[in-house]
Amino acid sequence: MSDSQPLQSLDPRVNRLGLPSDPAEQAFTPTAPLEHLETYEVFHQAKTGARHVHVGSVHAPSHAVAVLFAKEQFGRRSQTVNMWVVKTEDIVAISPDDADFFTTTPEKDFREASGYKVMQKINAFKKARKEAAEQSGAPTTPTEAGV
Amino acid sequence: MRDEAIRNLAMRMADDALIYGHRNAEWTGLAPTLEEDIAFSSTAQDKFGHAQSLYAFLQSLGGPDPDTAAFMRDEKEFLCCHFVEFETIDYAVALMRHFLFDTAERLRYGFLERSSVEPLAQLARKIRGEIKYHTLHARTWVQVLGAQGNEESRLRMQSAANHCYPMAFSIFEPSAHEDVLRAEGIFAGEVELQEAWREEVAKVFAEASLSVPEVADVTAHYGGRRGYHTDALAPLIAEMTEVYRIDPTATW
Repeated sequence: MSDSQPLQSLDPRVNRLGLPSDPAEQAFTPTAPLEHLETYEVFHQAKTGARHVHVGSVHAPSHAVAVLFAKEQFGRRSQTVNMWVVKTEDIVAISPDDADFFTTTPEKDFREASGYKVMQKINAFKKARKEAAEQSGAPTTPTEAGV
Repeated sequence: MRDEAIRNLAMRMADDALIYGHRNAEWTGLAPTLEEDIAFSSTAQDKFGHAQSLYAFLQSLGGPDPDTAAFMRDEKEFLCCHFVEFETIDYAVALMRHFLFDTAERLRYGFLERSSVEPLAQLARKIRGEIKYHTLHARTWVQVLGAQGNEESRLRMQSAANHCYPMAFSIFEPSAHEDVLRAEGIFAGEVELQEAWREEVAKVFAEASLSVPEVADVTAHYGGRRGYHTDALAPLIAEMTEVYRIDPTATW
């Protein structure tokens, strides 16, 4: 065995570990990636009733630990009321090869809500209501009735 | 008498939170996985928040400001228990201390929610959710590495329990004010807290297939609450205050 000095760091915590300066001297062998862990997808809900939005993934050995991790990875900064975790392998997705399902979708503008001429009806309704209020002498909005 | 009892209780709790938070923050960047690193560090930060709230409360009773209380006192003036002082590079031990200490914290703040000292009761209610998460985090790991783990993980947790459990009784070292605290409805007292804790720990250990270690003398690690500390505390304080003490008047 070599008699080399332990790893020197500016971080006193690292010095206290007494690690060998040459990584080849490490007594342990690295484990395979994710040997004991699985991947979970995390969904975050900002307000009651709002949708859960996919925000990322965590590595964990169980659902219970995945929830613990999700809370701190994705819920520690922003407003949160709830989170979901789902095993990545339980998510069923459309194959990337089938992305051509959607090739012609942009052409189908008749499916867009903008196809409906609803603003004309709304404006007509507002105008009629205002005229009716003026005739009866009542204020048109609550703020005008105040100060 | 009443004011002194309140000050003593708040100081013990604040110093526990500060020193324990510092020990857990030492795992930042070194914890076993990235996610666990962030989770454990966040709970350590929460402890600094608890300490700051308690030092601010002490300031309202005539004490120094929170920074001065945290960074400018000598070791002898700290009232933390021995259990939060020792350093560990064994994550099983870190988790076991986390479980044993935070279980006591949850019960202590639970009692304080009904305290006659309104600022303490308010603080207890405010941080209830935080501490609930801390204990869930700890208990989940005790379960995962105990009953749900393999032989190696269970043995390492048992060994950590054997190391930590007897020392954890230092949390409950009674003060000279126990009678006042109870009579004035400030706090149920260390004896009642210790018994509730012992029961809760035994329940979780049983679920995790861990045995409760024998404790010959619960007073063996007493002293911290009177300012007598282990060798681990002075170096911790030196490291924790190193930057602050270069220029205490600097603004951050």
